[in-house]
Amino acid sequence: MNRLLWCTMDLNYSKEELAFRDEVSGWLADNLPADLRDKVARYAHLSRDDLLRWHQILAARGWIAPSWPQEWGGTGWNVVQRYIFDEACGYAGAPPLVPFGLLMCAPVLLKFGTEAQKQRFLPRIYRGEEFWCQGYSEPGSGSDLASLSTRAVQQGDHYVVNGQKTWTTLAHMADWIFCLVRTEARTERKQDGISFLLVDMKSPGITVRPLILMDGGHEVNEVFFDDVSVPVENLVHDEGKGWTVAKYLLGHERMNTARIGASQRELEKLTAFAAQQLHDGKPLTEDTRFRDKLSRVEVELMALSITNLRFLDQLREGRAPGAEVSMLKIKGTEIQQALAELMMQAVGPLAQPFSPVDGSVDFDDFTASLAPRYCNFRKTSIYAGSNEIQRNIIAKMALGL
Amino acid sequence: MNFDYNEEQQLLAASVKRFIDKDYTFEARRKIVGSSEGYSNAIWSTFAEIGLLGLPFSPDVGGYGGGAVDLMSVMEAIGEALIVEPYLSTVGLGAQFVARAGTHARQQAILPLVCGGKLKMAFAHTENGARYKLAHVSTRAKTTSAGYTISGEKRIVVHAPSADQLIVSARTSGGDTDPEGISVFAVDARAAGVSMAVYRTIDELRAADVTLNDVHVPADALLGEEAHGLALIEEVIDYATALLCAEAVGAIKYANDATLEYLKTRKQFGVAIGSFQALQHRMVDMVISGEQAKSMAGLACAKVDVATDPVERKRIVSAAKIKIADACRHVAQEAIQLHGGMGMSDELKISHTFRRLTMIAQQFGDADHHLERFAKTS
Ligand SMILES: Cc1cc2nc3c(=O)[nH]c(=O)nc-3n(C[C@H](O)[C@H](O)[C@H](O)COP(=O)(O)OP(=O)(O)OC[C@H]3O[C@@H](n4cnc5c(N)ncnc54)[C@H](O)[C@@H]3O)c2cc1C
Repeated sequence: MNRLLWCTMDLNYSKEELAFRDEVSGWLADNLPADLRDKVARYAHLSRDDLLRWHQILAARGWIAPSWPQEWGGTGWNVVQRYIFDEACGYAGAPPLVPFGLLMCAPVLLKFGTEAQKQRFLPRIYRGEEFWCQGYSEPGSGSDLASLSTRAVQQGDHYVVNGQKTWTTLAHMADWIFCLVRTEARTERKQDGISFLLVDMKSPGITVRPLILMDGGHEVNEVFFDDVSVPVENLVHDEGKGWTVAKYLLGHERMNTARIGASQRELEKLTAFAAQQLHDGKPLTEDTRFRDKLSRVEVELMALSITNLRFLDQLREGRAPGAEVSMLKIKGTEIQQALAELMMQAVGPLAQPFSPVDGSVDFDDFTASLAPRYCNFRKTSIYAGSNEIQRNIIAKMALGL
Repeated sequence: MNFDYNEEQQLLAASVKRFIDKDYTFEARRKIVGSSEGYSNAIWSTFAEIGLLGLPFSPDVGGYGGGAVDLMSVMEAIGEALIVEPYLSTVGLGAQFVARAGTHARQQAILPLVCGGKLKMAFAHTENGARYKLAHVSTRAKTTSAGYTISGEKRIVVHAPSADQLIVSARTSGGDTDPEGISVFAVDARAAGVSMAVYRTIDELRAADVTLNDVHVPADALLGEEAHGLALIEEVIDYATALLCAEAVGAIKYANDATLEYLKTRKQFGVAIGSFQALQHRMVDMVISGEQAKSMAGLACAKVDVATDPVERKRIVSAAKIKIADACRHVAQEAIQLHGGMGMSDELKISHTFRRLTMIAQQFGDADHHLERFAKTS
């Protein structure tokens, strides 16, 4: 190994960073409610109340929105501290934070919103009083988002919105949706004429229809807009400048996209779980074939976590991340998928049961959640910019191909 | 060398296809899966009418005397249409024990009913802690003056809820994992002492954990030799595994056809997504996986009829299952990925095919299990 190269970078956290990590972990140990931790550990369904309860505990501590400016409740942490915090939460098995308000809508408002919009929305996002969802994708516009066709036509002091969004995560729980809509029909570039609108989910003309995924779960929806009236003050940034907003949001993506902490916890859980499964009368972890797969994910995770730290180190000075985020997304999701698959494979033939026909039988819900979870995790390489699109981004942005 | 189906096999494949187009569309299947029984008796009767249930059994019990290769087109169709009726459990497992090891009287009593669609079966074998090891049997059968009493717990008995008769492995001697001492019995599914906890499986079949609590069976319920049942179990499981491989070929075919069609029709960035070379290569690899799977399924089916040498049979069935398990994973995962969000939806058949392929990869042993057996068998 080139010693000189490695000397320039300390692979360990500094003393201050370690102290910070201990502070966060200690606080999590005391404040993460046991029932929520248990639900996450059992892969149980988290209700809106569960998600908001954890949100509000963090908000009360002042830690719900670390990346926001301090005047709006941010913590003033640097990128490394933010990373340490996110990963500590993941590792502790805290419920995920729903990103749509905190990490998507809020940064957009902070950058492009009017003072009135900030005052109206940010405090409620912070306190977890309003639940947001993201209205980007449409049936005809997924990877090619800029081709979207939901229309907004201005009539006096409001827009009239017609069209359909799809795959809208948690729309059935949401109070608000931020949408990309087309305000100008014929533009030279399809990226022009798109606007960023905030829409109250209680507006007349909005219909939310569940889309059931292959694990039987309801997390995404179709959202229909039928002559929905939206006040013009809910336009963010200039009319026709929605694509600039969308691009800012992509570039602004956080560095916890790799979900190292959560994967670390899953790996430990998998290792302990596999040790309880018998193979030829011995723990499955003693079967070399299975053990090799486990070791491989562990090594992958190690490589990713150091890669993540290296990237963070480069971002300390405040440069916006570029292709790094795409790399972390690809590798992070591959690891999450591999872990979910190994959990399923660990139980062998017992992975097959799904749901009892007669509710009264003594049914092992945890084991039965492993195959559906494997199915569900296929989504991670599709959503938030599919892994193919991430590769396109790296090819174009970083490699100039 | 001839890899094509002969004329009879082609006629059979055509009649199965006609039946599926008419009675087993994806919408029809959805209704069947959602019904209280989770399978259709009417479909089962149709299976009998078009001769599917008697295919491998000898003409003197009402069958057609076909080999495993003759069943391939049926299994492929089952995989392609995701048929949930207990065909493999009955024809490929349960009745095979009777056909291979039952007394003449038992064969005459059971097999004509199977061929006529009047008797469905399931194989109750897997137990807690067994994983894929066939010799792991702790269920006990004690000799009594009238026969045997069987007690134990069986897990994930696929199609047990619809079965009239269960084939049950139980130990008449030896410790829980001894190769010797395992015996095989035919047990009436409604016999006193048999109880079931019924559930749906992730691939939309019905299965049950079966508890046997002092279940009395007569002496002639024993199939094959007492205490020497393991070889019989291996033989039948290998037969069923070869058929399962053929089922996988059908499911893979559907996944590949559907994905190819999607690549040609789904437009993004103003063009069909199939015009992206990154995706073309992925599709090509899926097709290669499918072709390899088909070859190995054919090879396995050619080696599982009664006369084959057990060592050769085991090696080839394991080799086939390794390739099939890999192909199931590969094609299933890629099919979903290339469908984008649509692939995740319960609405499209592809996500159901994904679930079945995922379970086929593990059924009767995953790739690791068969790698181990392949390396150890010589
Ligand atoms: C569980 C889940 C939750 C989601 N939540 C939300 C949400 O809350 N809000 C929201 O707006 N959206 C959401 N989405 C939508 C998600 O962003 C899209 O599914 C994603 O952008 C892909 O679009 P698509 O599904 O239309 O697939 P398509 O774009 O049709 O892609 C199909 C396949 O083609 C590939 N492909 C497309 N273009 C190219 C190219 N140029 N080069 C190579 N390959 C290409 C894709 O990678 C994919 O494999 C969610 C999706 C899922 C599955």
